[in-house]
Amino acid sequence: MMKKILAMLLAVLMTVGVLAGCGGADVSGKKENDGASVIKVGTSGPLTGDNAVYGVAVKNGLELAFEEINALGDLQFEVKAEDDEADSEKAVNAYNTLMDWGMQIMAGPTTSGSAAATAQKCAADKVFMLTPSASDPAVIAAGDNVFQICFTDLNQGKASAQYIKDHNLATKIGIIYDSSSPYSAGIYNTFKAEAAALGLEIAIEAPFTEGTKGDLTTQVTMCQQANCDLVFLPIYTSEAVKVLSVANSNGYAPKYFGCDGLDGILSVENFDTSLAEGVMLLTPFDATATDEKTQSFVTKYTEKYGTAPNQFAADAYDVAYAIYEACKAGGVTADMSAEEVNAIMVEQITKMSFDGLTGQAMQWGADGAVSKDPMAVVIENGIYVGMD
Amino acid sequence: MIFLIWLLYIPALYLVYGLRLALAGMGIYLHTFPTMLLHGAVFVGVYYLIKYLKKLLKVKPRIPANAGKRDKTISVYGLVTVGFTAMTALQGYGMLSRSMQGYLVPICAYVVLALSLNLVVGISGELSLGHAGFMGVGAFAGIVAATCAQNAVSDPFLRLVIGMVAGGLMAGVAGLIVGIPVLRLRGDYLAIVTLAFGEILRSLTENLYVGLDRAGLHMSMSNGGVQLQEGGKMIISGALGATGIKPISTFVAGILLVFFTVAVVLNLVHSREGRAIKAVRDNRIAAESVGINATTFKLKAFVISAVLAGMAGALFGLNLGSVQASKFSYTTSIDILVYVVLGGMGNMLGSIISTVVLYLIPEFLRSLADYRMIMYAIVLIVVMLCTWSPKIKNTISLFTYTMRTYWNRLFRKKGGSGK
Repeated sequence: MMKKILAMLLAVLMTVGVLAGCGGADVSGKKENDGASVIKVGTSGPLTGDNAVYGVAVKNGLELAFEEINALGDLQFEVKAEDDEADSEKAVNAYNTLMDWGMQIMAGPTTSGSAAATAQKCAADKVFMLTPSASDPAVIAAGDNVFQICFTDLNQGKASAQYIKDHNLATKIGIIYDSSSPYSAGIYNTFKAEAAALGLEIAIEAPFTEGTKGDLTTQVTMCQQANCDLVFLPIYTSEAVKVLSVANSNGYAPKYFGCDGLDGILSVENFDTSLAEGVMLLTPFDATATDEKTQSFVTKYTEKYGTAPNQFAADAYDVAYAIYEACKAGGVTADMSAEEVNAIMVEQITKMSFDGLTGQAMQWGADGAVSKDPMAVVIENGIYVGMD
Repeated sequence: MIFLIWLLYIPALYLVYGLRLALAGMGIYLHTFPTMLLHGAVFVGVYYLIKYLKKLLKVKPRIPANAGKRDKTISVYGLVTVGFTAMTALQGYGMLSRSMQGYLVPICAYVVLALSLNLVVGISGELSLGHAGFMGVGAFAGIVAATCAQNAVSDPFLRLVIGMVAGGLMAGVAGLIVGIPVLRLRGDYLAIVTLAFGEILRSLTENLYVGLDRAGLHMSMSNGGVQLQEGGKMIISGALGATGIKPISTFVAGILLVFFTVAVVLNLVHSREGRAIKAVRDNRIAAESVGINATTFKLKAFVISAVLAGMAGALFGLNLGSVQASKFSYTTSIDILVYVVLGGMGNMLGSIISTVVLYLIPEFLRSLADYRMIMYAIVLIVVMLCTWSPKIKNTISLFTYTMRTYWNRLFRKKGGSGK
């Protein structure tokens, strides 16, 4: 009997103890956040899985930038990154979790599919959204308060065609692209349309898919047989490396032109970088640039995270500063609701001109797209050299 | 003895709390005297709880072999009703966080997917690894149908129903086409071929372009094959998927679909057809010898499962602003299969519970940041081991049996079950 009473008593105490434990953790968490003195910025991206390299880069870029901004001492920000596994369903979950946390500004998501889903939520809830890297035009089409800091795929394809035409780089163009990738197919579409408008001749189109990307010999041979003097590669580095190797062993040496997906080709493991000599690419960011801003960013980033930043990190870094400048100009304070912040941010961002790592004098239209000059680089002696 | 363990317990707590706080980045947690006392009490409580459980485990549960199927049916409906009522009430009082509200519709969709897969895996006894393919077909068909009906039907609920019906029909057709060749195979071969068909369905939708303009619906399998008039809109653009969908799925619609699925699946299982399907599963030769056409019955289960998966896909797709075909790859098929296996093959109640729990675990583990998916895997392994342990299995069945008996005593007054 005695034992039973004791057990009951202890069970009650146990419950109280567990509850108290939880309560304690909450309180200590709140003390740090809830001074209503920080502006809460959320982001989501693939922090685990195949595409984690992009999501983590964005997270790191944002954290680094907001640390610097907080050190300036006027406006204080807190940034929180949630994992969305590059999946639109998980992105909505991540967004809801961030809203529960009290997010006032959305600085994400990283990937296009996720961003298109989150953008609809942001538009419906009136939360300001500025994505660093989701380049699909469908993202900004979701609402008036959704903005991009990267080029849309639309612009990349268009700018590439324009650049090739202006610099008379090609008479016959071959395109090798990934028809199962939104990024690659998106650029291909607009490139093709713009090339037709400009009178560029596309001799051959050689698509591959997620399933067939293991061997790209056929695609390269198609371009070779069609006598293309320029091969357009709107793809990512892992496949581009294969194209370059196959072409080299076939004794085929056309000019190559790529988009920002090729950024990072020089750091691919087990790749003979001499094959990449003469490859041209459009990229908003060049980690070897010598200007002071880029150098300071690259040094700090490498020191903190142990790897050199890629373009995603640079885009995210710019997003943080753009948010900071818009908040400062519009007088955003930490106690405002997300909706109030949204109204100010939309007004400020459409009238500001922002200088960042990935472009000078960036301006945003009401449609949410950024206008900045595309920067073309060519690989010479293992480094990027700017083209004009 | 107790005191000794208590002394050990405090440093152990430091370890645990220290780790947790390091993960959350919150600094050092300092124990004061009252919290120490509380933790001591927690420990003693746990000690007695384990002792009590041990005693409980020694008791062999005595459950009648034919613990009525009617009771089981009631508990499936009951669980869904209770879940729905609880969530709606919480929502009504504003006590449900945004994220919880966001999980409701996907959970309904996954519950339906798990139930329908259980029909194939548990009842029909064939391992299907391509379930997400049917979900994808349903999702895209549902999105196209709901978008086409946008002008004609203004009520979003009705449009959702149209989408779900269209999704179910298309997935059913896909299920029939896939099922005829696949169900001639058995065992491992069948599993591999369903995997292949699931991937075929996914890559077909990955290359599908559908647009809508005043002239009607345009469809093509090549990029640029769809030429739209002015004011036209692309609904699905290949690998870019469907974007700009207005989310129209609601929790009520989701629950109705779950009820519909439960009704279809349970009635099928308890019907003549269901018994024939189970007979083929248990002994194909014996079943054929009494005149059951094995392939036909298997095909029936397979197509019904595909239809339900398609409806769930439509509910899922119309809940999100953007859907890509890559979502419906074999990894999603495996996820659904895990829900089914963990809930128990052929056990519908188990499927529902395991789906809800396994869907929520990775979401609740968000605070662990980078360790989240590792923890999810560990939890899966632990749960698998636990549910396989005969001791724990006995405890669970004893618990559910006791609850059921109480329920019967309260509401039917006759006591016992199945008599």
